[in-house]
Amino acid sequence: MTTIVFSIPDAAASLAGGLLIGASASLLLLGSGRIAGISGIFGNALSTGRDRVRVVFLLALLATPWLWRLVQPLELGGALATPQWGALIGAGLLVGVGTQLGNGCTSGHGVCGLANFSLRSLVAVLTFMGVAMITVALGFGVSA
Amino acid sequence: MSSQSKPLIAAAGAGLLFGFGLILSGMTDPAKVRAFLDITGQWNPALAFVMGGAILAALPAFAWARRHRTTLAGAPLSLPDRTLIDARLVGGAALFGGGWGLSGLCPGPALVVGSSGSLPVLVFVAAMAVGLLLSRRFLAPRAPAAPAGAAPQA
Repeated sequence: MTTIVFSIPDAAASLAGGLLIGASASLLLLGSGRIAGISGIFGNALSTGRDRVRVVFLLALLATPWLWRLVQPLELGGALATPQWGALIGAGLLVGVGTQLGNGCTSGHGVCGLANFSLRSLVAVLTFMGVAMITVALGFGVSA
Repeated sequence: MSSQSKPLIAAAGAGLLFGFGLILSGMTDPAKVRAFLDITGQWNPALAFVMGGAILAALPAFAWARRHRTTLAGAPLSLPDRTLIDARLVGGAALFGGGWGLSGLCPGPALVVGSSGSLPVLVFVAAMAVGLLLSRRFLAPRAPAAPAGAAPQA
């Protein structure tokens, strides 16, 4: 039985964050000529590391929680404090393999691909969202 | 000099915007992500506004890029123009969806939360990196298109 949990301030913060992400994708596309797909950028940086544009993007991304803390406290990842380690590692492997095989994740397909009206990305998004929702509905998770 | 540094400055700005956007949006809270995915339970749809807002904000830039095929500074820009929908795409997306549902983490938020110092998420990022390198090494597409029978055994 579905119960909807919704608050306006929550949704407003999500919308504001989404707009920033879209602005980021625009800046990277028109300023650097790259697609803001994190799995692709991370995979590229790990496997060759030769593209300085992608490396700079990643370093800036990694700096954000620390810059945020200059202004206000930030504690992230608390929900995973006591994970089932095997399941957590399995989930990481699935995300790594899946995003490389499928050529994208929530940002590459979900934001950039859909903003570019790519049918390929729409199929990917419906697939990963559908499977993720089924996984949660069946009660699977990495923490109790 | 400046033609070389402009793309790097843009990339730094984009990385900052992306990370702040993720933190502000709630995407860096795995419990919240799982609540967004929990459509048969206590469903919190707020995160739909993240993708909605991001797509909305990115539409004009992609329209410009499709028309001009260059960056604002005139450098060449290549948009992904593949249209192939195959088992590789759907299978990969399905594997990713399984991992995302299990953990509430997709690659961007995982990198930000890992960087913030969460040990479990650093372990997740390490596993993700291994999976990503293994698939790049052993499951790379045979050019020009992967044969339909070469299903990955992941």
